[in-house]
Amino acid sequence: MGSTSSTLLKIPNVEVLMQETGFSPAHIIRLHDRFKALDKEGRGHLCPQDFGAIKELAMNPIGDRIIGAFFSPGKETVDFHTFVKILAHFRPVDKDRPKEPNSPEPINSRSNKLKFAFQLYDQDKDGKISRDELLKVLRSMLGMQVTEEQLESIADRTIQEADLDRDEAISFEEFRKSLEKVNIDHKMSIRFLR
Amino acid sequence: MASSICLCLLRAVFLVCFVNPLIQGLSGDVNLVQDPRHRLEKNLTGLSIVTFDWHHVQTPYLVITWVFVAGLAKLSVIELNHHVISVVPESGLLIILGFILGGIVWGADKAQTFKLLPPTFFYYLLPQIILDASYFMPNKLFFSNLGSILIYAIFGTCWNAATVGLSLWGCYEAGVMGNLDIGLLQFLLFGSLIAAVDPVAVIAVFEEVHVNEVLFILVFGESLLNDGVTVVLYNVFDAFVALGGPRIDAEEIFKGIFSFVVVAFGGSFLGVVFAVLLSLLTRCTKHIQIIEAGFVFVVGYLAYLTADMLSLSAILSVTFCGICCQKYVNANMDEKSVTTVRHAMKVLANGSETMIFVFLGITAIDTEIWVWNTGFILLTLLFVFIYRIIGVFLLTWMLNKFRLVPIEVIDQVVMSYGGLRGAVAYGLAAMLDKDKIPEKNLIISTTLIVVYFTVILQGITMKPLVQWLKVKRAAHSDLKLIEKLNNRAFDHILAAVEDICGRIGDNWWTRGWNRFEENYISWLLMKPKARKNRDYLFSIFHKLNLEDAVNYVSEGERQGSLAFIRSDEVANVDFKKQFGSEFTDVMPDIMVNMSNYELGIENFSVTSIVKDTIPSVSLDIHGKDRKNAADDINAHHLLQQHLYRSRKNHRHKFSRSHFSINQSEDEVQEIFQRTMRSRLESFKSAKMGVNPAKKITKHHKKDLTHKVKDFHDASFTWIAQLYPTHSSLPWLMETDAVAPSQRAQWRLPWTPNRLRRLAPMRVSTCSTDSFLMADLEEHEEKPQTDHEEEM
Repeated sequence: MGSTSSTLLKIPNVEVLMQETGFSPAHIIRLHDRFKALDKEGRGHLCPQDFGAIKELAMNPIGDRIIGAFFSPGKETVDFHTFVKILAHFRPVDKDRPKEPNSPEPINSRSNKLKFAFQLYDQDKDGKISRDELLKVLRSMLGMQVTEEQLESIADRTIQEADLDRDEAISFEEFRKSLEKVNIDHKMSIRFLR
Repeated sequence: MASSICLCLLRAVFLVCFVNPLIQGLSGDVNLVQDPRHRLEKNLTGLSIVTFDWHHVQTPYLVITWVFVAGLAKLSVIELNHHVISVVPESGLLIILGFILGGIVWGADKAQTFKLLPPTFFYYLLPQIILDASYFMPNKLFFSNLGSILIYAIFGTCWNAATVGLSLWGCYEAGVMGNLDIGLLQFLLFGSLIAAVDPVAVIAVFEEVHVNEVLFILVFGESLLNDGVTVVLYNVFDAFVALGGPRIDAEEIFKGIFSFVVVAFGGSFLGVVFAVLLSLLTRCTKHIQIIEAGFVFVVGYLAYLTADMLSLSAILSVTFCGICCQKYVNANMDEKSVTTVRHAMKVLANGSETMIFVFLGITAIDTEIWVWNTGFILLTLLFVFIYRIIGVFLLTWMLNKFRLVPIEVIDQVVMSYGGLRGAVAYGLAAMLDKDKIPEKNLIISTTLIVVYFTVILQGITMKPLVQWLKVKRAAHSDLKLIEKLNNRAFDHILAAVEDICGRIGDNWWTRGWNRFEENYISWLLMKPKARKNRDYLFSIFHKLNLEDAVNYVSEGERQGSLAFIRSDEVANVDFKKQFGSEFTDVMPDIMVNMSNYELGIENFSVTSIVKDTIPSVSLDIHGKDRKNAADDINAHHLLQQHLYRSRKNHRHKFSRSHFSINQSEDEVQEIFQRTMRSRLESFKSAKMGVNPAKKITKHHKKDLTHKVKDFHDASFTWIAQLYPTHSSLPWLMETDAVAPSQRAQWRLPWTPNRLRRLAPMRVSTCSTDSFLMADLEEHEEKPQTDHEEEM
């Protein structure tokens, strides 16, 4: 289709993007369409209000956190490259990827997916999920019937289970270890981004 | 269990005692004059005070009795399913019940007096089911998968018809079936009527098996749209059979193909025309809202009949009528009418479906129609089954090359197994002309057997099959807390990212259509007021406020308003439990909308609000009694119960008997409230740089309104940023739309601390109204100037 290649050409640095993320041209175009649809004023980048306009996100308990994950600290806008790179985390893992020793890990590897999830909890980016941060996440994900005391006890027990070096916080390694039985590829992948 | 058996026995007794005299009454006294006035002319020997007059009420009485019996049947089936393990789907049980009833009637009469006649089925039982299906159709999902649905409907049905017909003919020529008076054309005719997947059966079985929504919409959409093909094929082959073999040449064949285009598109177009008519009608009913609900059914039925009159596809007509009018009708009609229509639609559809299945069972008990030809029947079953599987896999393989989201193998298996045939096939078979098709009874028998096989057997095994296919996960070991938490977090993350990516295609076409629709079509078909309120976010906001208000009132009443006056302490409304301590001050401005207390309540309906949920507002009257710091809290149990479910766990939206929308409504409400509040909070603190006062009531009332107004400014501008295209925000208009914050301006909502004032009223023995009146007086001096400034 003629429009495919012409749309692709309009996107700057598309080759680099495709290589880094592993998306096919069809996906890049689709994501670009979506980007343009979200960017209602046609500024070429997205701001938090554009994400806020997605009605379903308001009904997601951690929706706002996820919106925050798109914006690197200090930046107020998301351009198309960042948008695609973040979404690349959710591409299903390529099972037959040849293991080249020197190439960097692809964005959608299991460990990178876990890192993304870890960053959602760890808001102050100190590499650890502290008790307060865990409390905040729990509060947002649990119904209103749960009281403060119950919440705190859940948080304490969670940390107790996962914390191996007894520092009252969950580091990335401990996080990864506690989730080794979970099928991350299945839980953190979106089919249509295959 | 006992109750269901009792019900069954009751019905059996009722029927035997009742039906017998009925039938005897039918057969005798046929010469009686039907005119009511001549009732007394027959052999008057003296004045009869009371007469038994069967003939005058015969027809309506029978009809209503059968409706009643069908309802009882459904009741007992449901009871059975609750007390005994539900293995057999309801439809299967209803058919079996039909067998029993048919047996009773047969036993009484030696002939099957009550059969499912095709006109009854096609004109009185089928339309409402299709209307119900299309009215509740998830439009976005439907249209985004429309291409695939059409491929399955058109090519799939043609493939099925051709292969089944040809294979059967081949086997007949090979002599497997013995001696029959059938030709190739008749086999093809049979193939075309048995090929179509039936929407009634699909809904009935799939409702109990919760498959993912794409799979459901594919099967369901296919079953609705293949009527276009079925009608054409059936009519074409019927005409060919009537013409006779030699007269068919290329011209006739081309006419057949052309007629498909006309029938299918004509039917759909007619449906759209009626949808437009219906939307315009509902747009004009401002002053007489009570008949709105009636229009929906009347126009829907008209669409069906008109299409049938013009020999277009009636099912397609009703389908598109329902699909297209949904949005406008729901926006234009009064909330009460909307609820009425939804409930009535479900009742009618449920009732019709029950009757269809019961009669399908009854019709079987009739020695006249049964012709048993082992070869024919078994081969039909085999071919229908196999060719469905082959057809689905072939088409899916082709489709997956073009679809962005490929259809997985498991889904394909379920789709092919879900190709159920139902009453439509039987109706078509019963309409065959006996003269032209001498083997009509054989065809009817085979069709019935196929229907029973698919509905009962495939229905029973569908659920275990689905579960078996999906079981590939590792054994469910004891998950730790953090695993459970993270599992749920991942669900939410996935749902959010899917929303960000736009699961449904967001390309130029959909955007262009949305814009066109917003500007022109909505202008034509929607009430102006409805158009303004169309703002999705705002309408949810509005509905949540209403629900909060109602919950507040009902909770207060439940706890007994006397409880307010009896306690010496202040009525300590524990909003903290609901909102968290940092939000109590923000709360009154948004959430507590007391429009409920107004005497001239506008058009919202309290009935539409689910009341049996956990109240979102808890009036913690005796705070001390709420000592629930139990030491041995089972954290696991808590997580299990209270973690919010994500959208993924609520896939199956369409249901015959319920019409709740995706998530549990109170969960959605809570999450939404929280998100909106935190957004407004962050915006407020960012813009105003100041924290709102902790205790509002400490301020003088003037300061309070001032602060409230500032806050509203902030909230308005924030929300205005979300919707820059709206020149006027809906809640700045002076319409009936509730603007909670505006109302809060000229009458303050009930804050927790204001309830103190209820305490002195302890002497009153009146109802709550007196409290309200007492409080109303305080607010007579409305700050009008502020109000006008805001405008």
